[in-house]
Amino acid sequence: MKLNRFVIPLAVFAALVVVFAVALKRAPEKQFVRSALLGKPAAEFQLPDLLKPGTNFDSRTLKGRWVLLNVWGTWCVECRAEHAQLLAIQREGKVAVIGLNYKDDDDAARQWLKELGNPFDAVPVDPEGRVAIDYGVYGAPETFLINPEGVIVDKVVSVITPEIWQQRLLPIIEGKAK
Amino acid sequence: MIPEIGQFAMILALLLAAAQSFFGIVGPWRGQQRWMQAVYPAVAGQFVMLALAFGCLIWSFIHNDFSVRMVAAHSNSALPVYFRVAAAWGNHEGSLLFWVFVLSVWTLTVAAFATSLPRPFVARVLGVLGIISLGFLLFSLATSNPFERLQPARFDGIDLNPVLQDFGLTIHPPMLYVGYVGFSVAFAFACAAMLEGKLDQTWARWTRPWTTVAWMFLTVGIALGSWWAYYELGWGGYWAWDPVENSILMPWLLGTALIHSLAVTDKRGLFKSWTLLLAIMAFSFCLLATFMVRSGVLVSVHSFASDPARGIFILAFLVLSIGGALTLYVWRAPLLRSEAGFDLVSRESFLLFNNILLVVATAVVFGGTMAPFISDLLGFGTLSVGTPYYAPMFLLPVLPLLALVSLGTFARWKRGALGESRRRILTTLVLALVLGTAISLGVYGSSALLAPLGVVLGLWIIGSALVDPIDRLRRGLSLAPAVLGMTLAHIGLAVLTVGITTMEYGRQERDVALSPGQQVELPPYTFRLEGIEEVEGPNYLAHQARLAVFKNGKPETVLLPERRNYWVQQQALAEAALGINWRRDLLATMGEELGNGAWSLRVQVRPLMRLLWLGAALMAFGGFLATLDRRYRRQREVVTAPASAAAAPAGGQSA
Repeated sequence: MKLNRFVIPLAVFAALVVVFAVALKRAPEKQFVRSALLGKPAAEFQLPDLLKPGTNFDSRTLKGRWVLLNVWGTWCVECRAEHAQLLAIQREGKVAVIGLNYKDDDDAARQWLKELGNPFDAVPVDPEGRVAIDYGVYGAPETFLINPEGVIVDKVVSVITPEIWQQRLLPIIEGKAK
Repeated sequence: MIPEIGQFAMILALLLAAAQSFFGIVGPWRGQQRWMQAVYPAVAGQFVMLALAFGCLIWSFIHNDFSVRMVAAHSNSALPVYFRVAAAWGNHEGSLLFWVFVLSVWTLTVAAFATSLPRPFVARVLGVLGIISLGFLLFSLATSNPFERLQPARFDGIDLNPVLQDFGLTIHPPMLYVGYVGFSVAFAFACAAMLEGKLDQTWARWTRPWTTVAWMFLTVGIALGSWWAYYELGWGGYWAWDPVENSILMPWLLGTALIHSLAVTDKRGLFKSWTLLLAIMAFSFCLLATFMVRSGVLVSVHSFASDPARGIFILAFLVLSIGGALTLYVWRAPLLRSEAGFDLVSRESFLLFNNILLVVATAVVFGGTMAPFISDLLGFGTLSVGTPYYAPMFLLPVLPLLALVSLGTFARWKRGALGESRRRILTTLVLALVLGTAISLGVYGSSALLAPLGVVLGLWIIGSALVDPIDRLRRGLSLAPAVLGMTLAHIGLAVLTVGITTMEYGRQERDVALSPGQQVELPPYTFRLEGIEEVEGPNYLAHQARLAVFKNGKPETVLLPERRNYWVQQQALAEAALGINWRRDLLATMGEELGNGAWSLRVQVRPLMRLLWLGAALMAFGGFLATLDRRYRRQREVVTAPASAAAAPAGGQSA
């Protein structure tokens, strides 16, 4: 018997329904969307460094240190709220703070750092968000904590408050968590 | 009291919808004339009840009845009355009621205009529309009741989201909804044809104007939404490829494909099963879009989880309606054979390519929209898909599509060696190449490859769209509205293409911190901040910047962007200022106060931005003109004659 090709749309639709049904069933379990990147090696990238015009920043140079990769932009209102905490983290000196400048204007970004102070060890510039895509970034601010082996161990969506830093991120770095 | 009347009217409408679907489907099946007759009062009664229910909802909003949960959650006594009315459909519950109300209007229109069609067929169409209405009313009453009371009542409402307080947004959702629901008519026609097991050219001719009208509303709705995002969200974006926008774009792409495929079925009796499938798919995506926009099904797993009852209901409804239609399709589509054939370079095959490319474009958008959802579901975590994916992927099918528009308009039905039109094709192409490159490189100095390509393709479409109408006029023939409409719609597409490419490759923007007296250059324009003052609105306080714009040193215009603080919701919002003429848009948006009197500002120059809206308007107007064609009204005589007469000589070369 010849297979009826008019079945194909129904089959595709049925597959989609299964996907939706599973999603529906699983939805209540997923209270928090944890980034799938947790526990995975952080994507490597080379991008122009805002602080050293004409040179590229290479993420491989970070191996062996704890890294806080902060995604920010001058257009992002919450980033301004977060800035003081980033400055405090930089002063503590326990991690390298890298500020991925996301979908931003170079001049505006420099101006911002001049006015508010610079909490970053390096500022790779990602105007089109290509690296941000590798990190599954939705918007700014988002921050990734990367361990000395280059593995992403935590991700903070929205502002890093002093509490998040003291009670969540710092214990991981000092080996007191888990 | 009034909300209870509305609630009661909704329940009556639900019962009438049940009657309408029962008599509409079972009547023709059993050959019961009286049952088929009973469909009409059910349709009329349902319209009256839903109009009453929707009226009650609007009444509750106008009179600030904060004992109704929805009014308390989405309105406020300080809100101007027209925004209070718009708030009635600016939320999940109200928009569902609005959806069924619009459906009842379409159903009533079909019932009123379908007097000349075979009665069993009309009964089936109305029956299918009744089932859709039944599903929506059940969903609304069971999970999303707009008239739910709040105990105790609030003293004042929580206010409408300030982003939504805008004229564009008061009319954007209604337009979209009229479009979405309009595709339910094409869907019902497809289902009725499948129930009867036969589909002829008369069917296609009948379905065409309804589809085109729905498409026209969808076009206007998308354009309004994009326009709203452009000037209200304030950062100059007009299309962000977010799931909600994608959900609107997909039915539009499929609707466009359906319009073209219907043309082939109408003129040549071909593509029958394909046309049916497109009609089903277009409506499926309309359903999906309705649920996605308001219920956030695909937007994130979170909102899906917020009310699992809704999710399950939506899924069940989709399975019954779309699954049912597709099952019917498996069974009936093999019966529909197309007798005629066509050559490779005929208009049929160009329209087939058009359909394939439009479906591929839909698949690209669908894939991008679903990927984060599926990835999250399978435990790969959240994944963001943005412009870097959509822009190149969407161009893959769209660029050849644009090139084919010109070739397709030159091709003839059935067979056409391009031979006779080869000279015209070459002439228009060379003209477009020279002019397009000159404009793109000469005027705008774009260096990217895509900029001249877009302009050239656009000009080529305009050139070739004009050849046939000019030819007809020269030979002293009249221009049928269908031809004029098609020509205008194609020109609209071309204008849109030229606009988007020139704007995308020629725009300039700067983010700056300015204190009064300072200025910023975007050659040839200079923006100077003259001062900042405080302004008070009905429900907000604002800082207003005064930006004087100079072109080559000469005063051009003054822009007054605002940063508003809405005091009820404590939300700050930038109100962009636009300086518009046909050559360019100047755009200024206020950011944060930086201290010492300085403010962050974004200024932009966007060449030919107006062409985007002009193009969309031309497309919609072209669609409107096409529905006025005499062929669609003459069908009354044609349809009453034996079916074979329907294949009467097709009126010339119109599509």
